[in-house]
Parts: sequence; C-alpha cells; structure tokens
Amino acid sequence: MIDKIVHTMAEAMAGIRDGSVVLIGGFGSIGQPNALIAGLIEQGAKDLTVVANNSGVGHVGMAALLETGRVRKIVCSFPRTADPVVFEALWRAGRIELEIVPQGTMAERIRAAGAGIPAFYTATAVGTKLAEGKEEREINGRKYLLEESLPGDVALVEAWEADRWGNLTYRSSARNFNPVMATAAKLTIVQTQHIVELGALDPEKIATPGIYVHRVLHVPYGDPMVT
Amino acid sequence: MLSACTPLTRREIAARLARDIPEGWYVNLGIGAPLQVADYVPAEREVIFQSENGVLGMGPAPEPDKINRWLINAGKQYVTLRSGGSYMHHADSFALIRGGHLDLCVLGAFQVAENGDIANWTTAENDAAPAVGGAMDLAAGARQLWVLMEQQTKTGESRLVRRCSYPLTAIGCVKRVYTNLAVLDVTDQGFAVREMVQGLTLEALQQVTDAPLHMMKK
Repeated sequence: MIDKIVHTMAEAMAGIRDGSVVLIGGFGSIGQPNALIAGLIEQGAKDLTVVANNSGVGHVGMAALLETGRVRKIVCSFPRTADPVVFEALWRAGRIELEIVPQGTMAERIRAAGAGIPAFYTATAVGTKLAEGKEEREINGRKYLLEESLPGDVALVEAWEADRWGNLTYRSSARNFNPVMATAAKLTIVQTQHIVELGALDPEKIATPGIYVHRVLHVPYGDPMVT
Repeated sequence: MLSACTPLTRREIAARLARDIPEGWYVNLGIGAPLQVADYVPAEREVIFQSENGVLGMGPAPEPDKINRWLINAGKQYVTLRSGGSYMHHADSFALIRGGHLDLCVLGAFQVAENGDIANWTTAENDAAPAVGGAMDLAAGARQLWVLMEQQTKTGESRLVRRCSYPLTAIGCVKRVYTNLAVLDVTDQGFAVREMVQGLTLEALQQVTDAPLHMMKK
C-alpha cells in the first residue's frame, strides 16, 4: 500500500543535506509552507540555496530561516515585503548571495526543470541588466534570452487537501508556485490543511498528481493572518 | 504655463486611463497606482483583470467581514474573484503573460523613453536590495503596455526622456503614457500628444518634458 503520509516533522525532514537547493512555495505569506520551514530550521541543514518569490516578513517563516544564517544564496524575484528586516540586514552585510530573476522566468525555469527541459528562450529581460552574461538569440525577428532550468533537491509545498498517494488540491491564490515546485525537486515535501481518504478528491480538481509528491504532513492551522 | 491648468491627481489619471479600456479586454494592472484603474471600470463593462499570482477575473477588495484570507493580488492585498474567475499556478499565469494573451498591461514607471523603453524596477543602486517582480515579464509579454505616471518627478525632472538613464525593465514596449498632464502615444517619430489637460499648451508641456513632443495627427 502506498502511503506518503508521515506523522512527525522529523520524518518529513529526514535526509535533507547541507548544500541543498530548496524550492519554497508561496507568494508573500499565502501558500508559504511555514510549518515545513520551521521543520527545516529544526532539522539543521545548512549552506542552503533557497528559491522563493519573496524573502520573508518580520522574523517568521522564510525570514526565520534566513535569520539562522544557513542560507548561502536566495533566488528570488522580489526580496521585499512589508517588513523585510532580516533579508535586508543580511544582504547589506554581504552575508547572503542574491540572484534576482524575473518572476515569470523563475516560474518557467522551475516548470522546465520538472518537465525535463534544460533551457528555453524568453523575451523577458532582453536589453536589461538581467540579460548580462546570457545568450541572446534572434528568432523570427525578435530577440530572446536563453534561460536554464532551475531544479531543486527539495521542494517545500503547502496544499489544501491531500490523500495518501500525495494527490493535492490548493486553496485560491495559495496555489501560486506550489504545484510548479512540486514537479521540480528530487524530494517534494507537502504540508496540508486536510488529509482525505484516497478517492475522496475529485479527480477533476487534483492540481498536483501524487507522482510528484514524496511526503505529506498534516498541518491544520486555519487561515493565514498576514499576506 | 503650467499654472494655467490643473494637473490630474493619481486617481484622476487612473480614471482617465480606465475610459480607454474596452469591454472584453484581459488586463494586468501593476502594483501601486495602476491597481486603482480597476475602480474606474464599471462592473457592467466586462473587463477581466489578471493578477500574476494566479488569479484571472479578479474583483474589488472584499467587505471586511467577507475576506478570503487565501486570495490576494500581486500587491498582496485581499481581493475577490468575480463570477467566471479562475485560479492557476504561477507557470501558467506567466505563460499567458509571456504568450501574448493579455490585451493590456498597465505599469507605473520612473522613466519612459521616446523609443518605448521603460525603466520601473529598483536595483541595488538605490538604498534597498534589488527587486523586479513580474514587471519584465509583463512589459515584454503583454500585447500592449501602457504606463501611468506623473509627467515629472517630485523634484521636477522629466519622466519622459530621450533615453532612460535608470535601469531598463524592457526595451521598446510602451505604447501609451497617461500622466497628470497629458496622454501620449509612443510612435516611430517619438512621443505624440493625444490630449492634454484643459488650459495646457504643447509649448508649456514641452517645457517640463525632456523628450521632444509633437501633436498627434488627427
């Protein structure tokens, strides 16, 4: 019997190595798997590269992870939030490397990784500072940049519902990067508000089929109270 | 003379721009001032707003007691979903942007050049860390890019320039600019003034604008 449901955070985090590339879902705080981030802090892996849209608010979630000093590099489109105190301090002190990626290019680089596409051309960022060092090619009269895929060793994902096969649904705009990241890592770990019986999820509504998912942890916490 | 006219407020610029969005268009509004455009598109005119965090068919802010705490826009404000709206993941959301399916994107900007270049992102030269978000994808991907901004900075520098001095967001993408003083098209001959606020002359507008201006041919 396939059962991807784990019952402790330690099981969920087992085997994450130093130096891992960790994809973390969420847009702002919505859909950001804060319990798993806390679990990663507890687990203690260091020298991490984190791929996430934002860099954390205040001292919780992503910000708490950065504050441990175990993140060597962050790949991010918008390292600003209402209160990016932790990231800003690290960045000013030169204690964290920042790779700025246009948001859509970041999403597509992750999607490509999950889909077995090593690189793709996009018109985004042509002629800008973010084009520096990238191959530019003209196709049918328009200029494009070559962008490489962005695979993870680990993906931390927040779902709304999950079953024991790892099939997932999401809630409203909390979907964001989560289903994309779920496809792109060697180890995809999910926190979910609800666990349901196999067969209870409407197949038409499953946004992430369980093939992409390795571990599921039940974390019912209600509604996020910050954005 | 500028003193002979009353410049539009940010909200009035948003309202002016909203008048030009026809029914049936799919539109992304950038964070900040462009988001106000939605307030001036009447509900009976069906314009479908996209938010790049995976919301198509975004509606207005919710009543305080009806907030869905899982539903925000790109500016991380609570929003609603209209009937007929849908959710998608980030790669699909930007695929529709990159794929040229949006009729229009409206962004704010620091500068727009007469060749349609736009500079609207903050790099490390400013005080804070750089941040680009989805602006480069939106500028390059939408079928048309309109910019909503003031004609001048707070210190009186022209935002309409011959060439951008700030870091570029995208090259040659801007089609139209709505400012507190005028509506201008980006043409092969540079900025063409479509209209000006009442009492303003082309000469007075030119005095506060670095890039050369001409009246649009009727």
